[in-house]
Amino acid sequence: MQAARDPAQFLSQLLIGITNGSIIALIALGYTLVYGIIELINFAHGDNFMIGSFVGLTVLSGTFFGIGLFAPITDESGLLLKALGVGMAMLAAMAVCGLLGVGIERVAYKPLRNSPRLAVLITAIGMSFILQNVGLLWKGPAQVPFPDLISGANLLDSGEIVFRYKDLFVIAVTVPLLLALSYFVQNTKQGKAMRAVAQDKEAAAMVGIDVDRTISVTFLLGGMLAGASGVMYGLFNGITVFNVGFTQGLFAFTAAVLGGIGNLTGAVVGGILIGVIAAMSDQYIGVRWTEIMIFAVLILVIVFRPRGLLGDRSAVQGGGE
Amino acid sequence: MLRRYALPASLIAAALVLPFVDRALGTDFLFTAIVVAVFVLLALGLNIVVGFAGLLDLGFVAFYALGAYVCGWLASTHFRQVSFSLGSTARSLTGEPLPGIHISFWLILIIAAAFTALCGVIIGAPTLRLRGDYLAIVTLGFGEIIPRFFLNGDNLFGFNLTNGTIGIKAIDAPGIPFVPFESWQRFSQLDLSPWYYTILALVLLTVFVNVRLQNSRLGRAWISVREDETAAAAMGINPVTTKLWAYALGAVFGGIAGAFYGAFIKNIFPTSFSFSISILILCMVILGGMGNIYGVILGAIVLQAINRYLLPQLNDLVHALGDALGSEALSQADIPKYNFLLFGLLLVLVMLLRPEGLIPNRQRAEELHDEDPSTGDAMGGPARA
Repeated sequence: MQAARDPAQFLSQLLIGITNGSIIALIALGYTLVYGIIELINFAHGDNFMIGSFVGLTVLSGTFFGIGLFAPITDESGLLLKALGVGMAMLAAMAVCGLLGVGIERVAYKPLRNSPRLAVLITAIGMSFILQNVGLLWKGPAQVPFPDLISGANLLDSGEIVFRYKDLFVIAVTVPLLLALSYFVQNTKQGKAMRAVAQDKEAAAMVGIDVDRTISVTFLLGGMLAGASGVMYGLFNGITVFNVGFTQGLFAFTAAVLGGIGNLTGAVVGGILIGVIAAMSDQYIGVRWTEIMIFAVLILVIVFRPRGLLGDRSAVQGGGE
Repeated sequence: MLRRYALPASLIAAALVLPFVDRALGTDFLFTAIVVAVFVLLALGLNIVVGFAGLLDLGFVAFYALGAYVCGWLASTHFRQVSFSLGSTARSLTGEPLPGIHISFWLILIIAAAFTALCGVIIGAPTLRLRGDYLAIVTLGFGEIIPRFFLNGDNLFGFNLTNGTIGIKAIDAPGIPFVPFESWQRFSQLDLSPWYYTILALVLLTVFVNVRLQNSRLGRAWISVREDETAAAAMGINPVTTKLWAYALGAVFGGIAGAFYGAFIKNIFPTSFSFSISILILCMVILGGMGNIYGVILGAIVLQAINRYLLPQLNDLVHALGDALGSEALSQADIPKYNFLLFGLLLVLVMLLRPEGLIPNRQRAEELHDEDPSTGDAMGGPARA
């Protein structure tokens, strides 16, 4: 009703939803990759994303635990410096989160590979709490502002529909990352190994695939995407906070389940859908009901269609049963 | 005979004389003991779900919150629109009928238990068909929705159901009329022993139910479903009904604990029912030893002791050390900040080093140390290929 009365507002919200959805989709990919390969809900993944946003903030502010390394990059800096800073922040966050993902797998999940499924889930929750506490000690309990580097000006001169440079930035970063991931999984030897391990660990080991290494690579990829996503989240929303990983992580997990866990395309579709649902709920129901809406979606999907929208039970596309 | 009952009898006797010892020594320990007992009750409730039936529940705080709010709704002036009293200790000073619903605390315990059981069944019925990790996430979602609903429920189409962030204030005190003791006719904050004996009775009741369930038909059905759902179903056990019983019973004890807590604390608000409470209760069950009643009680006591005594003590110790060494960082360190870290480490380390907990349930310990992945999943679900 309201949407019909003000179509421009509706379209603007839709665009914001798609942008936010891209950020969520990148996190959701990490959940889906890991689930596809070892059937574990990597509870600490959302907190890895939070660490990514903190690493990006550290690079941009140029200070590490109070030690000034270089002058902070602010919105007064030149365009080249801004681009360089954002690029560096992205790379640093991707590197740190990728390695963190691998480290967590080595310490907390690998020793339990033959244990009951829930034992591993419990260590994952433990890791999530540890990372949250690291974030709390690093930046304190309050929300931390992110430098406002990317203009919030409207790209479209019509003025009715809002599509900002910020939104363009998120889309421009997300699409190449998705294409790169898709290329990696489809066309490289390591990607093929991932698909094989996802289908059958024992058989993959028999034909000479290093299963442990493949699992590490999966965690590395998921972590890198979460790191990129974390920096973008900070730049896009202008804030980050130590427990942002919990809610964003749950949103992303919802997206992964909605798309069909284990399905890469599904994770992206689910992420965009969740972003749009959240934006619409913000606009037409009320911001404080948004989280409840998303959790309700999560429960409804799991109860009525656990396979998700695009889910076949194969882990990575191209896989069979 | 005598040996079998010696340990429980001595423990119960020790618990019974605690208030007298406390008064004699003047230690003011009762408040802490009551809070610990509430968590023992919660941990025993969750133990039915996680320990006996092997269902990981990450949203147990929801039932605790529901119980507390049932107590708030039925024993305060919150619903000013109506006036209804039944066996309550609340008296109006003016002689006018009191606004709001005021029902006797003892009835509320039963109502809260029934209500949370109903909620447990409503949530459980559609979800208990799912595999273990999916179920865990659904319960987590449920546990996140309930407190947020209480937070936002101050304006549901114009109706104030939960009073938002302020929560429900001034909940009536319980009381037993017709007893000769002043402090029992209306429980007060001056003498905590009636509260203490009430929660002790509730804990003992829960322990009794736990013990009786363990070797009942239902308890054995839980073990079989936990071990191998397919085989259990083939032997004529209905897995969904069996799990639903576990879920509903766990919810009942969560609700009772919540209702007691609401009456004891007198003011409830949504922020006291966060996800970390769910995890704290889960930690108690896992650390103590899933499925072992002594273990779960010990786990609850140990973790509460860490929370209430060790961390503040450690804080003072570190500060003193920092002052002695002239170290700025140590004397300013804020140890409670490391709370999350502690629970995280505890979960990881217990799962890696001693997954069966401090006092293991023998059967569970054998399952958890089963290195052969082909024999199925000790916590529900098939073996992971």
